[in-house]
Amino acid sequence: MTTTAARTRAETTEIRFPSAWSLGLARGAMEIKQFFRMRDQVVFTFAFPIVFLFLFASIFSDDIDSAGITASQLYVPAMMAAGIMSTSFQALGISIAIERDEKVLRRLTGTPMPPAAYFLGKIWLVLVTGFLETAILLLVGTTLYDVKLPSDVGKWADFAWIFVLGLTACALLGIAISSVPKSGKSATSVVVLPFLVLQFISGVYISINTIPGWMLNIGALFPLKWMCQGLRGVFLPDSARVLEQAGSWEFGRVALVLGAWCVGGLVLCLLTFRWKNRRDG
Amino acid sequence: MEVRGLRKRYGDLTAVDGIDLGIRRGEVFGLLGPNGAGKSTTVEILQGNRSRDGGEVSVLGTDPAKGTRAWRSRVGIVWQDESAPAELTVRETVRHFARYYPAPRDPEQVIGLVGLEQKAGSRIKELSGGQRRRLDVALGVIGGPELLLLDEPTTGFDPAARRQFWDLIRMLADDGTTILLTTHYLEEAEALADRLAIVSAGRVVAEGEPAALRERHGTDTRVEWTETDGTPRVTHTKTPTRTVIDLTQRFDGEIPGLRVSRPTLEDVYLRLTGQEDAR
Repeated sequence: MTTTAARTRAETTEIRFPSAWSLGLARGAMEIKQFFRMRDQVVFTFAFPIVFLFLFASIFSDDIDSAGITASQLYVPAMMAAGIMSTSFQALGISIAIERDEKVLRRLTGTPMPPAAYFLGKIWLVLVTGFLETAILLLVGTTLYDVKLPSDVGKWADFAWIFVLGLTACALLGIAISSVPKSGKSATSVVVLPFLVLQFISGVYISINTIPGWMLNIGALFPLKWMCQGLRGVFLPDSARVLEQAGSWEFGRVALVLGAWCVGGLVLCLLTFRWKNRRDG
Repeated sequence: MEVRGLRKRYGDLTAVDGIDLGIRRGEVFGLLGPNGAGKSTTVEILQGNRSRDGGEVSVLGTDPAKGTRAWRSRVGIVWQDESAPAELTVRETVRHFARYYPAPRDPEQVIGLVGLEQKAGSRIKELSGGQRRRLDVALGVIGGPELLLLDEPTTGFDPAARRQFWDLIRMLADDGTTILLTTHYLEEAEALADRLAIVSAGRVVAEGEPAALRERHGTDTRVEWTETDGTPRVTHTKTPTRTVIDLTQRFDGEIPGLRVSRPTLEDVYLRLTGQEDAR
């Protein structure tokens, strides 16, 4: 009893701030609520990769004899990787630029909210949207395009770390690129162009074995190529390894590159993130 | 709050050119001046939201440029151009912001204080401009601040909304909150401020209680009348009664078109900010 009384006294005399972690959870819940209330945004965010999967996988459906799979099957993991990047990199890059422009960020700087809570909230948001996007694409892939869910627990574990590392790396890059556009209005073009280019040179739209080597090497500098490759390794039969540049899934290298981008992305965010617009000084 | 010799330059433009201010606890202080006089820059520096080029600033005993989390929880801010999360309701937003503070006010009570009870369940995007501004104030005071900084809080309000807003500020002041507000509406400063400073071209040109300012910087009393041939006449005098008696004798009774006016704060303001010609 005495200890309880002592603690109560201590609490009343010194200021106790809520932790960044609990505020991050609160912000995450708020971000998710806001996201799902914007119906048009929900529909377009989720529909984009699904429509592209449907188009590409239906147009290119020939057997790839040497690999023992169809072209359609190849598009399922590719679009899942693109879906993860669109819900994290693209969504955050655009929405944070708009929030900065509309002074939402500036308002937060005037409160005692710790900055980490803001970023944690964004991570919760993309975890939920990224997971849903991936689940929907997987559902479409297994029902329409004959992709087999792995029965091996090890493959699901691979999927889990590829998802988490890929999503985190792309989310951090999205937060970093949000500081590039001068205004919220130009954010979409600034963010979408590099994303689109990466999708072409990372084996999303075009099969990895038909992209010129030098382009693929540029793509290999960024996370998307490795996310595609890792997810192919999870959801395609091992016979399809022949299509890869290295002739194998290279899970070790996937983990290394994605992990490096998580660290690099974090450093980039810490160095470049702006809470205010450039003209706001 | 103490400000000494505050300076801020944007390139070649000197926005704040040596401002001194002293604001006492519990007081409502008005920072009055035309657009571009340096009011907003000053307030942004006090908020800790803009760097300064020179001068000393102490807000609640702390330099705002080095404001800690504890300091930010004691200062409430209502910015000039705000935006709140459009898809959330008023209640959700106020409750959420309350979580940032160690000892927030009761969200329902704050919603009532700004007169948004009827709109508590509405999404923010459905609110009118005046209602949004009330929400901004609610978010500014939710943490129970000792000091509230309001930057042009009523710009764009219709007269009725402005008067309701004044009542809200008076309520907060009665509650013991120290308030600094900037405005370019003279009537607003006169209605709300215990003391005010008139700012022009980055400098304080006058400071004091509204009535004292009028006395100290007031021009002579203005006496207007119309001559028998219809010519309007104006004279400024320190002895208006004497002038009127003289005129009464000259006109032998009623003075046509007589008007005697005391200097208003507006006269003082316009003269001090170099806008006298605007009249």
